[in-house]
Amino acid sequence: MAADGSVLVGRTEGVTSLQRFARRRSTIAFLMTLPLILVIGGLVAYPAVYAMYLSTLNRTMVRNIGLENFAILLDTDTFYMVILQSCIFAISAVLLKALIGFWLAHMLHDIPAKGQRKWRGMLLIPWVIPPALSTLGWWWMFDPSYSSINYLLNVFAVPSVPWLGEPWWARVSVIIVNVWYGAPFFMIMYLAALKSVPEQLYEAAAIDGATGFQRLRYITLPMMRNIISITVLFSLIVTFANYDIVRVLTNGGPRDLTHVFATYAFQVGILSGNVPRGAAVSLFMFPLLAIFAFFVLRGVTRRNKEEA
Amino acid sequence: MSTSTATREMPDIYHKAGSLSSERRWALWTAYISLIFAAIIFLAPPVYMFITSLKTSAEVANLTGSPWLVREPTLENYAAILGNPTFLVFFWNSVKITVCVVLITMVISTLAAFALARMRFWGSQALATGVFLTYLIPETLLFIPLYQIVGGLGLLNSSWGLVVVYPTLTVPFCTWIMIGYFASIPKELDEAALIDGASWSQMLLKIFIPVAMPGIIAATIFAFTVSWAAFVYPTAFVTTPDEMPLTIGVVSQLVRADTFAWGQIMAGALLAALPPVIVYAFLMDYYIAGLTAGATKG
Amino acid sequence: MAEVSVRKVVKAYEGNVQAVKGIDLEIADHEFVVLVGPSGCGKSTTLRMIAGLEEITSGEIAIGGTVVNDIPPRDRDIAMVFQNYALYPHMSVYENMAFGLTLRKFAKEEIAKRVNNAARILDIEALLQRKPKALSGGQRQRVAMGRAIVRDPKVFLFDEPLSNLDAKLRVQMRTEIKKVHQRVRTTTVYVTHDQVEAMTLADRVVVMNHGIIEQVGPPQELYHSPKTRFVAGFIGSPAMNFFPAQVENGSGALRVILPNGVALPVPTDRTARYQAMAGREVIFGIRPEHLTEPKNLDRDNIAVFEVTPEVIEPMGMETLVHFWMQGAEICARIDPTTPAEPGRPMQLAADLNHMHLIDVQSGRVL
Repeated sequence: MAADGSVLVGRTEGVTSLQRFARRRSTIAFLMTLPLILVIGGLVAYPAVYAMYLSTLNRTMVRNIGLENFAILLDTDTFYMVILQSCIFAISAVLLKALIGFWLAHMLHDIPAKGQRKWRGMLLIPWVIPPALSTLGWWWMFDPSYSSINYLLNVFAVPSVPWLGEPWWARVSVIIVNVWYGAPFFMIMYLAALKSVPEQLYEAAAIDGATGFQRLRYITLPMMRNIISITVLFSLIVTFANYDIVRVLTNGGPRDLTHVFATYAFQVGILSGNVPRGAAVSLFMFPLLAIFAFFVLRGVTRRNKEEA
Repeated sequence: MSTSTATREMPDIYHKAGSLSSERRWALWTAYISLIFAAIIFLAPPVYMFITSLKTSAEVANLTGSPWLVREPTLENYAAILGNPTFLVFFWNSVKITVCVVLITMVISTLAAFALARMRFWGSQALATGVFLTYLIPETLLFIPLYQIVGGLGLLNSSWGLVVVYPTLTVPFCTWIMIGYFASIPKELDEAALIDGASWSQMLLKIFIPVAMPGIIAATIFAFTVSWAAFVYPTAFVTTPDEMPLTIGVVSQLVRADTFAWGQIMAGALLAALPPVIVYAFLMDYYIAGLTAGATKG
Repeated sequence: MAEVSVRKVVKAYEGNVQAVKGIDLEIADHEFVVLVGPSGCGKSTTLRMIAGLEEITSGEIAIGGTVVNDIPPRDRDIAMVFQNYALYPHMSVYENMAFGLTLRKFAKEEIAKRVNNAARILDIEALLQRKPKALSGGQRQRVAMGRAIVRDPKVFLFDEPLSNLDAKLRVQMRTEIKKVHQRVRTTTVYVTHDQVEAMTLADRVVVMNHGIIEQVGPPQELYHSPKTRFVAGFIGSPAMNFFPAQVENGSGALRVILPNGVALPVPTDRTARYQAMAGREVIFGIRPEHLTEPKNLDRDNIAVFEVTPEVIEPMGMETLVHFWMQGAEICARIDPTTPAEPGRPMQLAADLNHMHLIDVQSGRVL
């Protein structure tokens, strides 16, 4: 009984000092995170809510018209083309980036370690140049009368391609530039993942008699699964919401057929001055992005747990 | 008996060894051919930009012969672009904006990351997740409401408006990777510092920042490259050339109806791309560490 | 320098898990006390509560007569050496050692004097300008100790400081720590899971288990008169042998009956002590060195029996013989010159002057 009593008394004292300590630490921590909270709250959370409000206004922003902006958008063929093009663009570009990145990462991993740095440094250059500027270079290479790419094709007796003039070729061009810009990122991510697979696993597999393909199938891919899915989902978000490349290369043309959500929102909201409808176009991206983001977050959490 | 077993086994061994090394050689060849092919394609656009930038307008317009060769290399495009006051204004704007944004970003994210990595407090876990989620929100989702907000602040057509909004691009990711770097510092180090008599601020300034220097550098590089390359916000918020940073300046102002200014355009684009490329060339390892940190450190 | 008092200290984590369940410990000035026990026994938590790195749930800790419960670590005037050394990787050895003094605004000359002095004691004068990365494990350990010495604190706290070193270096650093303590005479609390380290270093050893103190005492006392079965089994290597047994009062003399029927006569000087246990189940404990060849023992109070060794482990200065008795593995220690072979029966004798009887319920040594 006596012991119990003293423990009880002692505990209440302990709680107060502990609370004081915790409170002071919380205050400091809160002050340190305050600028971050202001940035996230003021420049991300508030605009997000504000976007939803904006999207319910009419063009002059004096009247609330409910979901009519979304309804009008879904009534136009152009917007359907935007949805279609965004999906074609994002899915094919990400797929190609992932495959090329994976292949190159493997090739880099295969060559002697001392040459890897040099090659890696060279192959990452497309990612380093601001995309708006490198796309300018591509635009010039695609130029109908002076196309240096067509010149090379002609050398190999392939006829000239109307790169930016024909809708489908324009779509292909946009994808090519995005793949060119993004594949190095995948390569670097996969190379880092490859390097994190312990060498002993491969040695053990080799002793167990695994062929090169089996090693890839049973060791490399399972070990990299998480980082592959994180990278792919992350890139889907970024590519889906891409603006720079389409804006510089085609500016939505020909005949508005290469517009993606971002450029179309820009066109409608800023250039044509219909801010509410532009906001509505942007918000159409939100559900898809939310799904991708959910899976990225799950992948990252899972990875953390595995590493812990 | 023994000789016969030997002769039966020997060729087998030799065959195995031979196939192993030839397999390796074949893999090496594939690797180098793939890498060379990739390098040619990856480097062709910047190289072609460079080639064009060395040509006179007349040579650019000349359709005979290979566009990949320079017959009369000239630096006149570079001289012209560097003598162009508009271009210099763009450059200055980019420098001004980037320096401010990098400073703001690093202060905000270092403080926040320290608090989130080391001081558990109410809501800290949710905030850390929130940071990551905001990193996943693309800029193109929110530029229209931000356009209204920046307009409301009277900062449209001002590079200061860009300084206000750019942190949405940089702060989440920088905070996220700094949390990772700080969390990887052994806990005993802060305990030792605590016993040695360090306050929270001393612990951050004298222990955490120096120990996590690679992370700080990686985050700084990231903030720098992102604000230098930002395109959506300046395109949306700035229409007066005097306030434009380089990216939109080069794309919108140099590209005019005058098609034969290609040499100058390419020279301008290359010069505009130079700062991030230089940073990359000198700090490649930090750059790559920062790039992969998002997924491997987080 | 100061004494440390731990009074009724409890550490409870969320969910009311108690890591330390109300311990009392008085550590005298200049004393070297080692807290030892298996992992999770609460020894590190206790040390960290003394350091101020963990809140005390209830109870009181006093250093030099001042209750320090609410005093932050930096004002407790203690120094701590961590298992992974916790050297600041960006500072040179000199800066590492000077850091605590710099923060306390000591004069430059005083800092230099103290660091150089500590470096001399630890023989690391040549390393002062190096970074921790360029040091070996043993050198890092010395720097960590130097960082503690320069502060000239009231108490040194060591948290498993030798666990990251290889076996040879660990022995070397052990003597080093002892030398340093003999020289600076600072009150020291040292945590380890290694009972050899505890025995060799301590003035007094504190054996902890499941958040309570099992026994406190000088090493020899713990070894020869353990108070609980846990201490008896934890201290000493190879560990004490235990078997279930029964105490029997047969024809005036007390005997212990082993499960295989062997009856061991209790030495007459212990009869009074064990009388109350007559007819009860007990645990019989004996150390390997007290199970040996008959010729090495006095004729009095020994019990000779025959065993079939399973495994023979020659250690050089001794040979360990392992055999099975009623499902329990028993270890005996014989002279290396005595022939022994697995599977060949041999004679061994138990020295009953060193036997222990343990109460089955309470686990207390009788």
